[in-house]
Amino acid sequence: MSGNKEEEDPRINGIKTKIRVVPDFPKKGIMFQDITTVLLDPKAFKDTIDLFVERYRDKNISVVAGIEARGFLFGPPIALAIGAKFVPLRKPKKLPGETIFEEYELEYGNDRLEMHVGAVEAGDRALVVDDLIATGGTLCAAINLLERVGAEVVECACVIELPELQGRQRLKGKPLCMLVEYR
Amino acid sequence: MFAVENGLQGDPRLQTISDAIRVIPHFPKTGIMFQDITTLLLDPVAFKHVVDIFVDRYKHMNISLVAGVEARGFIFGPPIALAIGAKFVPLRKPGKLPGRVISEEYELEYGNDRLEMSMEAVKTHERALVIDDLVATGGTLSASINLLERAGAEVVECACVVGLPKFKGECRLKGKPLYVLVEPSQLD
Repeated sequence: MSGNKEEEDPRINGIKTKIRVVPDFPKKGIMFQDITTVLLDPKAFKDTIDLFVERYRDKNISVVAGIEARGFLFGPPIALAIGAKFVPLRKPKKLPGETIFEEYELEYGNDRLEMHVGAVEAGDRALVVDDLIATGGTLCAAINLLERVGAEVVECACVIELPELQGRQRLKGKPLCMLVEYR
Repeated sequence: MFAVENGLQGDPRLQTISDAIRVIPHFPKTGIMFQDITTLLLDPVAFKHVVDIFVDRYKHMNISLVAGVEARGFIFGPPIALAIGAKFVPLRKPGKLPGRVISEEYELEYGNDRLEMSMEAVKTHERALVIDDLVATGGTLSASINLLERAGAEVVECACVVGLPKFKGECRLKGKPLYVLVEPSQLD
């Protein structure tokens, strides 16, 4: 799936054509990759999930971690299909129980990602899911959270990659699987 | 209406679901017994039961659109939408959705908040289901119903995993039926 054009699954083009690019959102200069239009097409949405499920179902993944909020759209269907638990990684103060956090950099300032203590255990094999990888900062924070509790991050999975931002290099050596590149 | 009142009395899946929900006292503030569904998501069997029960109910109701309220509605809505072949529409906090949106204000305990939906999400006369994890005051669900109706959809039902006991029986929200799986869990 990721960058191997000769073997590209025919479903991928169908997904790509459903992604809506919105210029200057949330601010000027950004070409926003809107996946909500993929969700409006039941076949494209199903194909997206199926492609990931086919890849991960025999990899003994015990936990799928989804990054708030768009990771929540793709992570749970994958988790359900492969029989893994789903763990939401959230902005600060949303999770009600005891949490651990990891800070990461934004363009201006920092933000934090939180995970419930006890949700992921040492020895869990984890998949991290988000809709898109840009700089990789959020995914890196997610990998750190999972590794701190002793999980092994097997792979990161995103629908879209913005390769020019080189997020792939920020994943602590973990592989990335993506469906669609946007240059 | 609760699942037990509508054909699922004695269904062991409901107890499994209820047992999997964790109660966190005094979150986000004193007096609130927060119903934490993240522990349900850690139990693939219980999570699947939730989806299966909703899918069984809705798969023959000709639902073409499932709308889920940010953020926990994003967890339950998509699996249901995928299984019944419907589209999924996220209802979001202000400023998150790109493109043209319509917005609806609703009341919080102190002040107001706003829910937004993409104008491209709905074709007129679609039959819609609204999903959230929990219904308390019904404010968020009512705002969701308003958004969908303003866009021309027909809201068939609202569905939640957890609901306060006041939603038993024929209780409706803005005239729409409400379907709830379990009452709030208690602290052990």
